[in-house]
Amino acid sequence: MYVIVVGGGKVGLNLARELIGKGQEVTLVEGERRTYLRLEQELEHVVQYGDGTELWVLERAGIRRADLVVAVTGDDEDNILICQVAKEKYRCERIIARCNNPRNLQHFKLLGVQPAVSATDLILNLIEHEVPGHGLVRLLDLPDEQLEIIEVEVATGAPAAGRRVSEIDLPEGSLIISVLSRGKAGLVPNGDTPISPGDEVLIVLDPGLEPHITAQFRA
Amino acid sequence: MMVLVVGAGRVGAAVAKSSLAAGHTVSVLDADPLSHERLDAGQPTSWEDAGGQFTVGTAIEIEALVAAGVEQADVFIAATSGDNTNLLVAQVAQKRFGVGHVIVRVLDPARSDWYAEQGLHTICAVKVGIAMFEQAIADIATA
Repeated sequence: MYVIVVGGGKVGLNLARELIGKGQEVTLVEGERRTYLRLEQELEHVVQYGDGTELWVLERAGIRRADLVVAVTGDDEDNILICQVAKEKYRCERIIARCNNPRNLQHFKLLGVQPAVSATDLILNLIEHEVPGHGLVRLLDLPDEQLEIIEVEVATGAPAAGRRVSEIDLPEGSLIISVLSRGKAGLVPNGDTPISPGDEVLIVLDPGLEPHITAQFRA
Repeated sequence: MMVLVVGAGRVGAAVAKSSLAAGHTVSVLDADPLSHERLDAGQPTSWEDAGGQFTVGTAIEIEALVAAGVEQADVFIAATSGDNTNLLVAQVAQKRFGVGHVIVRVLDPARSDWYAEQGLHTICAVKVGIAMFEQAIADIATA
């Protein structure tokens, strides 16, 4: 696989190192001269100097044969445009963009630059996961596939508490895929698996069904 | 006609002033409050007294665009000093807010051409400048 990484900051450099370690062909593009010279000492010909938003720089890096373009500069406008051009002009199959400010995620989405990875959002999700007494945690969003996976905690007195999986009134388009009881290994349930207050239940569902589902697990 | 100009630099401020003089409703958005001085320079009254609107804000923030009147704009001019900012906000104005006429300042000729092919109205002063230099050299050579 040939990967072009644009932006030689901490994220870009470590990404390039890891990919090279996995035997992938990588070009790292860095537009700041001093950073470039420092990177070149370690990575030699793998790193190229230039503004990765300029077409000739991307072409020199071989964007026409790239399998994946990863834009991880510290500037969201740059990351959006690099990926837009990679996808729409050069027909690159896969792109990944870094989103520095989660408020800009809407712009990535508007212009079809997906997936956009926001470290802030990832950490926020982890924090939400750790906050006790949470209702629902979104574990995975697959917007293209129209699927998501959520985790809900079973409250004492909830309609589902004390019942078996097959007895729970879940809407069409949703499925319980795991039940996690405190102190026990998680299991893939069958219809007879009991659900107790305090358990955490993983559910795969079509987007939009959350309110119907959480109603079953809240008191 | 309502004209929204993003970026009150040399280009943006001049276009804003001439649009206001031509009788249009003009709103200007710039992140730097001091850029307002460029709108006042050489004018008998202040920008606001002349009927202009000025909003301090970052162009890629939706709230700033809305405060500057993007929802009412007939013409959207992206004229900050950054090509990437201009190309992004222009597409936001076009695709998200449905502004009918979006004009983008792009310094890089290659991207100006490509985004023009994609349907954006780009203006590339660098290309015009290069052509003028080439013409000047050709004129000297044939003189």
